[in-house]
Amino acid sequence: MTLEAKNLTFRYPRRGAAPVLEGVSITLRPGERLGLSAPSGRGKTTLCKLLAGWEEPEDGQVLLDGAPLSRRGFCPVQLLWQHPEEAVDPLLKLRVSLYEAGPVDPAVLEGLGVREEWLERYPAELSGGELQRICAARVLGPELKFLLCDETSAMLDLITQARLWRFLLKQAEERGLGLLIVSHDAALLDRVCTRVLTWEEIAAPRRT
Amino acid sequence: MRTNRRADTLFLLIFAGIFLSAIALAGGLLTEPAGAADFTRKNLPPCLAHPFGTDWMGRDMLARTVAGLSLSIRVGGLTALLSGGIALLLGTVSAACGPRVDALVSWVIDLVLGIPHILLIILVSLACGRGVWGVIAGVALTHWPSLARLVRGEVLQLKQATFLRAVRRLGVSRGRVLRTHLLPHLLPQLFTGLILQFPHAILHEAGVTFLGFGLSPERPAIGVILEESMGYLAAGRWWLALFPGLSLVLVVMLFAVAGERLRLLLAPASAQE
Repeated sequence: MTLEAKNLTFRYPRRGAAPVLEGVSITLRPGERLGLSAPSGRGKTTLCKLLAGWEEPEDGQVLLDGAPLSRRGFCPVQLLWQHPEEAVDPLLKLRVSLYEAGPVDPAVLEGLGVREEWLERYPAELSGGELQRICAARVLGPELKFLLCDETSAMLDLITQARLWRFLLKQAEERGLGLLIVSHDAALLDRVCTRVLTWEEIAAPRRT
Repeated sequence: MRTNRRADTLFLLIFAGIFLSAIALAGGLLTEPAGAADFTRKNLPPCLAHPFGTDWMGRDMLARTVAGLSLSIRVGGLTALLSGGIALLLGTVSAACGPRVDALVSWVIDLVLGIPHILLIILVSLACGRGVWGVIAGVALTHWPSLARLVRGEVLQLKQATFLRAVRRLGVSRGRVLRTHLLPHLLPQLFTGLILQFPHAILHEAGVTFLGFGLSPERPAIGVILEESMGYLAAGRWWLALFPGLSLVLVVMLFAVAGERLRLLLAPASAQE
C-alpha cells in the first residue's frame, strides 16, 4: 500500500491568490519514515492537509494504492495537527474527543502516558502536550496506514518529545505504518527518519 | 462591598425570569376577574382597591392588564419558539447543503427582511383568519430571518474549523457531527436570540391588535386595552392608557435586559468579566 501525491496544485479560495502548491509530487511507502524540511511558508502544512483529505487539490491527485482517498469512514491517512488545541472540539470533554473514532487500545493510552483524569476535563484545561498525546491516541486506530506528523512535537518538552517519538516509531515498526515527518528540527529528522527530502526535491521549480 | 459581576448578572437574569413567569401564571388565573363587569364602580380613577382604576364597565384595570400581559408573554413565547425553530432549520440547511440552497435561502431571508414587519404581519394574520393563531403565525413567520442569518454565519464559520475537519476524517457520520459538534456551538447564540425576540414579538402582537388586525376585542389583550382607552383619553380618563402602557414597556424592557444579561453570561469573550 503506497500513498502517492501526483502533481498537486492548490490555492486557497481568494480571488487572484497565487497557488500555495504547484506541481508537488511525493511518494510514501509503508514502513518508511520520510522526513520533509523546508523554510516557512512553502506549503508543508497545506501538503499535509491535501494528503490527509482535509482539502481537495485544484489539480493533481492523492492516491492510496492507485485509488483516490475514500470520503467515508476512518481515513487510513491521518494528520497529527501542529496545534492540538485546534484539533479538538473546545466544548466537549476529552473523553468524547478521544473515543470519536471508536475504542482506543488501552496499550496505546498507556504507551502515550494519557492519564485517566485528563479525560474528564475540557481542552482549555490541558496543556498542548497533553492534548497532543490524546490526539495521537485517537488517530492510531486499527485502520491507520499512514501518519502525517506536522511539527507534531514542537510544543513538547524534550522528555515528552522523546517519549512520544519512541512510541510512534515503535507503533510504526510493529504495524508497518508509513510516517511523513515535517519539521524544522534537522536533528530530529536525522535521528528519526529513513529518508529526508527538501522542498526542492518534491516541488516543481517556482515560476517567477 | 463590591459583589461579583457575574453573580449580579445572574441575579438580574433570575429576577427577570421569575417576575415574567409570575405575570404569565397570574394572568392565566385572572382571566375570570379580568372580564367581570360591575357597573356600580365604573370609571373609578386609581385608588387603593383598584390601583390601576376601572373602565366604563367597572372592570378592574390591574386584572385586565396582568391578564393582557400574560397573554402577550404566552403568545410571545410560542412565536419566539416557532421562529427560532425556522431559523435553526433554514440557517443550518443554508450553510450545510451547498451553494445553490444557500443562494435560495439567502434570497428568501433578504426578501422577508426587505418587507416592513408590521405590513407582513398584518397580511399573514389576515390570511390566517386573525385571532390568536393569526397573530402567532404572522409574528412567527416574520421574525426568523435575522436569527437564521446568524445561525448560517455561525455554521459556515464552524465548517472551516480545524477540529471539524479532523473529526470528519476520523469517520464520524454527518448526523453525529451535527448533534455533538454543531448544536452545542449554536445553542447559546440561538437561545439568546430567542429571548431577545420576545420583546419584538410582544410589541408586534400588541401593535397588530391595536390596529385591529389581531386578537378579537373580547380577549383581555394589551393591544385591545390600549385601543379602547384611546376613545376615553379626551374624556380625561388617563389611567386607562397610562398604566397598561407603562406595564407593557416594563415587561418588554425586562425581556431585553434578561436577553442581554444571558448574552453576557454565555458569550465566551465576556463570560469571565
